[in-house]
Amino acid sequence: MDNDDRRVRVTRRTVLESGTATAALMLTGFPEVALSAEPLSDKAVAPVAVDLQINGQSHTLHLDPRTTLLDALREHLALTGSKKGCDHGQCGACTVLLDGRRINSCLTLAVMHDGQSITTIEGLADGATLHPLQAAFIAHDGCQCGYCTSGQICSAAGMLGESRAGMPSYVTADLAEARPELTDAEIRERMSGNICRCAAYPNIVAAIREAAGTPT
Amino acid sequence: MKAFTYERAETITRAAAAAVKPGTKFIAGGTNLLDLMKLQVETPSQLVDINRLPLDKIEDTSDGGLRIGATVRNSDLAADPRVRRRYGVLSRALLSGASAQLRNKATTGGNLLQRTRCYYFYDVTKPCNKREPGSGCAALGGFNRIHAVLGTSELCIATHPSDMAVAMRALDANVETLDAEGKARSIPIADFHRFPARTPQIETMLKPGEIVTAVTLPPPPPGTQIYRKVRDRASYAFALVSVAAIVDAAGGRIRSARLAFGGLASKPWRVAQAEERLAGASADAEAFDGAANAVLDGARGYGHNDFKVPLARRTLRAVLTEATRA
Ligand SMILES: Cc1cc2nc3c(=O)[nH]c(=O)nc-3n(C[C@H](O)[C@H](O)[C@H](O)COP(=O)(O)OP(=O)(O)OC[C@H]3O[C@@H](n4cnc5c(N)ncnc54)[C@H](O)[C@@H]3O)c2cc1C
Ligand code: SF4
Ligand code: FES
Ligand code: FES
Repeated sequence: MDNDDRRVRVTRRTVLESGTATAALMLTGFPEVALSAEPLSDKAVAPVAVDLQINGQSHTLHLDPRTTLLDALREHLALTGSKKGCDHGQCGACTVLLDGRRINSCLTLAVMHDGQSITTIEGLADGATLHPLQAAFIAHDGCQCGYCTSGQICSAAGMLGESRAGMPSYVTADLAEARPELTDAEIRERMSGNICRCAAYPNIVAAIREAAGTPT
Repeated sequence: MKAFTYERAETITRAAAAAVKPGTKFIAGGTNLLDLMKLQVETPSQLVDINRLPLDKIEDTSDGGLRIGATVRNSDLAADPRVRRRYGVLSRALLSGASAQLRNKATTGGNLLQRTRCYYFYDVTKPCNKREPGSGCAALGGFNRIHAVLGTSELCIATHPSDMAVAMRALDANVETLDAEGKARSIPIADFHRFPARTPQIETMLKPGEIVTAVTLPPPPPGTQIYRKVRDRASYAFALVSVAAIVDAAGGRIRSARLAFGGLASKPWRVAQAEERLAGASADAEAFDGAANAVLDGARGYGHNDFKVPLARRTLRAVLTEATRA
């Protein structure tokens, strides 16, 4: 398939094989329809049923096993808060919480998480009350373009849980210390899996520092 | 990503038996395998998911060591109180790798079996003997800044990227496996990864279908444990050079030393002669340089990576200085 052809005909197969899901979305604005417009190629495999608990709600999806958790969220459930930055574990924009622990949703398959709970940025607030991290990011101007922000906030939520559980980081001076103090250096190291192309880092650290002092 | 069928393994024996089928890959955290599948560097036709197998425990062994299950997450291993107190070099090496999100998924087995980060291995339009045996090696005459300076062959100069494996090498870990017939064996980590030689596509001693079930650590040797990683940015980057050291010293004299290096070869690099030279020596620049000479004996750069030879020497000196400081 040459490039021109690809531009006009995005099939489910090309999406799954080359990861052009974002292109499909930009072209059609409506992924589900675009993706099912063409029959599966003979090389594709039958969809698999997957039960996911997402933000407290259960969903049963029928997915090609190739579907990443990120694509399941964005393309099948229209939960577009989780972003696709690199699709290779290199930026953190796709960070979600899996059973409370932060992971990159781009580097895992939805089928691997059958029966598990996922929290996305859409599930952090308590009704109209923002999560303390969301409030702190607003108060400290923790975003510029905003593309990395949902990943930053989900990652920070996971990070504060790890810190409260006493997990160490690379910069923890004494590994034997049961609960290393969350200094700015610790926050920076622990948040290094979230890249911000706008370099809003000082304000992100300030927001997290404030939220760390707020009980959740 | 190419199409594949997906199976969740219910038992360890079943997983190993299912994986003898050509084209099958185990999937654990998926953080390396899916990365490569998206680029069609890896194109398995069947995935066997091992995440729900009972391999997620860290247990004390009768000899005073630890047995780490193959699906224990890197973050859990690094945070385990026993590892933090007694195997600090392993905890620190794990914490230096990847990001917190990735460590929450990455497993013991997957980390050992992760593949090289050679740019040309990742680029399916370039010749690469590891990805496509016989096609050539684009790194030899290309950008080879991150490549190996020891144990290379004319067919491949890739490094093994794991930090965890370097610490495990210094700790004399053993890799426990189960094969498709249900037979268990234990492979010393020194023998687990291979040199590229004529077959760079074969990276470990594992047979088809053989599954890593655990890594065992003997009781920790005496001494200060240090993991020092040199990289292009302060965090979330692979090692250019790393050193895992366990050094027992007092009063300016070294009793024993263990030194393993990352970023230099297709496997964690450890040289017995270097350690023998340090045993009983006084902790001074001459002894450190002698050890570095032994470690780097036969090292050669390929152009962009020439800097790794002096960098490894200086990193070792810094580590030994720190470890022997009164
Ligand atoms: C952006 C980025 C940065 C990174 N930085 C670092 C770094 O600085 N240092 C570092 O060390 N690593 C780094 N990594 C690599 C990371 O550590 C590995 O991806 C991870 O450890 C692989 O573990 P996994 O469980 O996800 O493996 P998977 O991706 O699931 O599997 C990897 C391979 O191992 C095989 N396998 C898995 N488990 C078993 C088993 N039990 N028996 C037999 N075969 C098995 C699979 O078949 C596959 O071939 C980085 C990764 C990314 C994406
Ligand atoms: S160094 Fe090895 S992995 Fe890299 S291109 Fe050459 S053969 Fe391939
Ligand atoms: S999109 Fe997942 S880490 Fe970049
Ligand atoms: S705010 Fe723009 S990438 Fe972070």
